[in-house]
Amino acid sequence: MNRPLALHLVVIAALAAAFFVLPDYHSGNLARIMVLAVYAMGYNLAFGYTGLLSLGHALFFAAGMYGLALSMQHLSLTAIPALMVALIASALVAGITGALALRTRGVAFMIVTLMFAQAGYLTALYFVQYTRGDEGFVLPQAVRQIAGVDLSSAMGRYFAALILFSVTLLIIGALVRAPFGRTLIAIRENEARATMLGYDVQRRKWLALVASGTISGMAGAAYALLFGYAGASFAAVPYSIFPLLYVLLGGAGTTLGPLVGAVFMFYLIDLSSGVTDAYMLVAGVVLVLLTLFLPQGLLGTLRKRWVPWLP
Amino acid sequence: MATVILETRGLTKTYAGVQANTDIDFDLPEGQIRALIGPNGAGKTTFVGMLCGRIPVTRGKVIFDGRDISGLPAHKRITLGIAYTFQITSVFAGLSVHENIALAARRAGGNAARVTETLERVGLADRADQTAGDLSYGHQRILEIGMGLAQSPRLFILDEPTQGLAESEVAAFKTLITGLKNTTILLIEHNMSVVMETADYITVLDQGMTLAEGTPDAIRANRAVRAAYLGTADA
Repeated sequence: MNRPLALHLVVIAALAAAFFVLPDYHSGNLARIMVLAVYAMGYNLAFGYTGLLSLGHALFFAAGMYGLALSMQHLSLTAIPALMVALIASALVAGITGALALRTRGVAFMIVTLMFAQAGYLTALYFVQYTRGDEGFVLPQAVRQIAGVDLSSAMGRYFAALILFSVTLLIIGALVRAPFGRTLIAIRENEARATMLGYDVQRRKWLALVASGTISGMAGAAYALLFGYAGASFAAVPYSIFPLLYVLLGGAGTTLGPLVGAVFMFYLIDLSSGVTDAYMLVAGVVLVLLTLFLPQGLLGTLRKRWVPWLP
Repeated sequence: MATVILETRGLTKTYAGVQANTDIDFDLPEGQIRALIGPNGAGKTTFVGMLCGRIPVTRGKVIFDGRDISGLPAHKRITLGIAYTFQITSVFAGLSVHENIALAARRAGGNAARVTETLERVGLADRADQTAGDLSYGHQRILEIGMGLAQSPRLFILDEPTQGLAESEVAAFKTLITGLKNTTILLIEHNMSVVMETADYITVLDQGMTLAEGTPDAIRANRAVRAAYLGTADA
């Protein structure tokens, strides 16, 4: 077995064990962090591997979230079919957004994706009779179950999050080592050169963005299902910035960077808010220091200095 | 005469009213090593840019292997069997030397054996695990040539490949180029020793137009060429 796969399996096993070791408060946090990490892993595929700096991934997160929550709430679907709706909705939204936004690059791409996400946010507000806008709506506990497992229970929620996280990690781990993934990295490194080797760069960027948006959408769907709430605030700008922060902190273009970044950011805010009301100031200073001294993120720096095989 | 693998008819490029290339008719027989020379600003890079699709044509046609490829995007032209090396070194700086060659070989249907073979052929086998961006300038140029070779192209376009190379590396390059079988080569080059020793035939561009074409000896004797180019460059 290769080392990256072994490392991924160890991380998954450690997360499974953590549920039984950690106090309830922290395992509850970890369930949320794993879902956010999946979101960031989707983002990382576009930004970290393909070099597409999107500022609009909240659109895909929300497409998955609303795909699931609206179809459960208004069409009375059960969890599995609703997850399928979420999958299709986020893939479709990412496909259309990608086809248009990928006509631009660099700063223009950032702005276009940001605008698309804002349009998505305003759409959620516009259809307030279905979405309840910013206030959002709650998914009743009775419907939040798969095959009799109660996803609102601490254990059901934790292991559902872990399964989603593990599947995503293993898929991405395999993808970035496969020829397709290597090509995405090549596009990030030097788009003109990749084109002049005969790669259809435009098509591959689109495929990467669709995969990225779909993974992010599944995170959004899981968030609604596991925590029982869907609201337009998840479609707003901060939710486009969070995955970027997680990925930058953890290490762009590393498979485990999104998890590390999400854990770090979550506990940075959690711990500093216990000390002072000005916790955002503390978080801000730490982020500035990290970007100054570890510009490649925690795992990116680790890989560069000590562990070159880190996936 | 051998089959013509590449031809252009009336190929023209205008940049905001400035004619970079004007009505170039060009025929390249299969298997030939053709040098494309001319003073700076003669339109050489523009010309090859239009051949491989990096630069959109203003008017005219590019025909590769009997097929009009004028409307094809660059990546599709490459998959037909054209390889291109950039004038300004362009490798995947953050990836290993091996990965650079593998990316080139894979798209062209090459396997691991071809990657190893190419690395040895260009003398980078012992640096295969180094990051391409950490290589010396000369080695990066050689890596880029290796990426072209790994594609096993039918037509290999090289834009000033020996620029900045050491003497010994230039000599190795000449051997490499003349030893290629089944590959037609179009070489933009300023180094006259490379041109005279490797090229079967030479095309001279001046001010965006074909000034002269002929064997190295004929070009050396051509007075118009000497006036436009060699006279000043060799002085």
